[in-house]
Amino acid sequence: MTEVWGLISGPVAHAVAYGFLLIGAFFFISGTLGVLRFPDIYTRLHAITKADTLGLGFIVLGLCLISGSARTSLLMIGVWVLVMASGATACQLLARYEQDDTDRERRDDR
Amino acid sequence: MTADGFFDALLAMLIVSLACGALYSRSLYRAVVFFIALGLSLALVWARLSAPDLALAEAAIGAGLTGVLLLSALKHQAAEPLRPMRPSFQLLMAVLTGVTFLLVLTTVWSMPAGMAQVGQLALNSVNDSGVEHPITAVLLNFRAWDTLLELLVVVLALLGVRQLKLPNDRLPVAWPLLLAWSKLLAPLSLLLGVYLLWRGADAPGGAFQAGALIGSGLLMLKLVGLAPTTPWSHWGIRLLVLLGSFTFLLVAMATDVFGAGWLTYPPGWNKALILLIEVAATASIALSLAMLAGSDHRELNQ
Amino acid sequence: MTDVQLFVGLGLLLWLLGLHAVMTHRHTIHRLIAINVSGSGVFLVMVSLASRGEGVDPVMQALVVTGLVVAVCATAFALRLGSARQQSHDEAESPS
Repeated sequence: MTEVWGLISGPVAHAVAYGFLLIGAFFFISGTLGVLRFPDIYTRLHAITKADTLGLGFIVLGLCLISGSARTSLLMIGVWVLVMASGATACQLLARYEQDDTDRERRDDR
Repeated sequence: MTADGFFDALLAMLIVSLACGALYSRSLYRAVVFFIALGLSLALVWARLSAPDLALAEAAIGAGLTGVLLLSALKHQAAEPLRPMRPSFQLLMAVLTGVTFLLVLTTVWSMPAGMAQVGQLALNSVNDSGVEHPITAVLLNFRAWDTLLELLVVVLALLGVRQLKLPNDRLPVAWPLLLAWSKLLAPLSLLLGVYLLWRGADAPGGAFQAGALIGSGLLMLKLVGLAPTTPWSHWGIRLLVLLGSFTFLLVAMATDVFGAGWLTYPPGWNKALILLIEVAATASIALSLAMLAGSDHRELNQ
Repeated sequence: MTDVQLFVGLGLLLWLLGLHAVMTHRHTIHRLIAINVSGSGVFLVMVSLASRGEGVDPVMQALVVTGLVVAVCATAFALRLGSARQQSHDEAESPS
């Protein structure tokens, strides 16, 4: 058991962890770029929810490797699951709100 | 510059820009959204300043509850034009506040370093308070008077809101996905709230954070129409709102009459009394905050 | 510049921005946002000062925890006052 633990918390694991952190940061940055550059609300929602969820997942993975503690890792994964679910719900809500808004405008135009 | 310093500087810049957005944006809706984001970033600042109690409270109250309050107020607001004041007046105010800023800045920076004596005293006598966490000790033992008055402020705010005629409106029907998510999140907030309350004795957490968290869960259920109505006319609701202040006052009077003085707990009873008050206060704060932010006219004006 | 000084400065800046906005805005909700921002500035100054020395000053932090709850209660009451004022305005303008 200790051998496995040593492997997980060794220098190789740290290098892998920093790799994960970098990948996570990349997804965050591209998601933010998407929010800033995309033309309408649906594409922006797509950018922010998907890219950020993935980015956060990679960062949590990297931090789990660095922390090397099962308790902390479980907590972080729990946080990630909550953020993912609330992100998905919020995305749905915003998209529906926008849809209702455009529907209303169309009806008003008629 | 160290990595921490870099992060702090970045955070400070983010907060200044969010504050400018909240204060000077043209549309009111934008201002409210900026303000909510500002509250969340402030929670990060509290964490940086080693104040996790505050980070917890700010995330639930500053960002969550105040946001709901502002958004629902926005709904009732007619489109009042945002007429700015005359430029000359704005300039005058800018000069005045600038001068005040410089005065306060010099005062604050010339303050002696190190902790104030009161803080040191509180840290040194935590062991006599009945709880291990210094902030809970201050809130419920050393400065229990403040906390008692604060509970009364919460009750007063609710009574004040009740005196004014509330707009008569109907909440929109919630979407199924939101309903499902609320059903999952509300029990979780109750669980976390109880955990925070229990843990507040020896780690960050306590009655206010727990109350705010449970209150937010209740508020969410109210907003999607899942919670039972909490009409003010029902005696149980009134009792629950007043429970915290009543328990606190009873303990205070009992210690005054039978013990060493107003809110001076008898030795050995510390922990039990603090726990009793905290549980009652959590229930009251949770219900009061949820009713402050999410009650409609039928519930309050009966 | 240490992080304490940085956050004291930031708190004072927030307080100042809020104060300026309270005086130059007319809309009730805008003013309430401004008051809340300047209140956050005050909290920030207090908490940064609390973490100056060795350890953290619990009295200051406890005061701010209390302050947060009082601030949200005051905001709720003030918002309700504002919308009640608006309602009576509307009723006075359009007698139905």
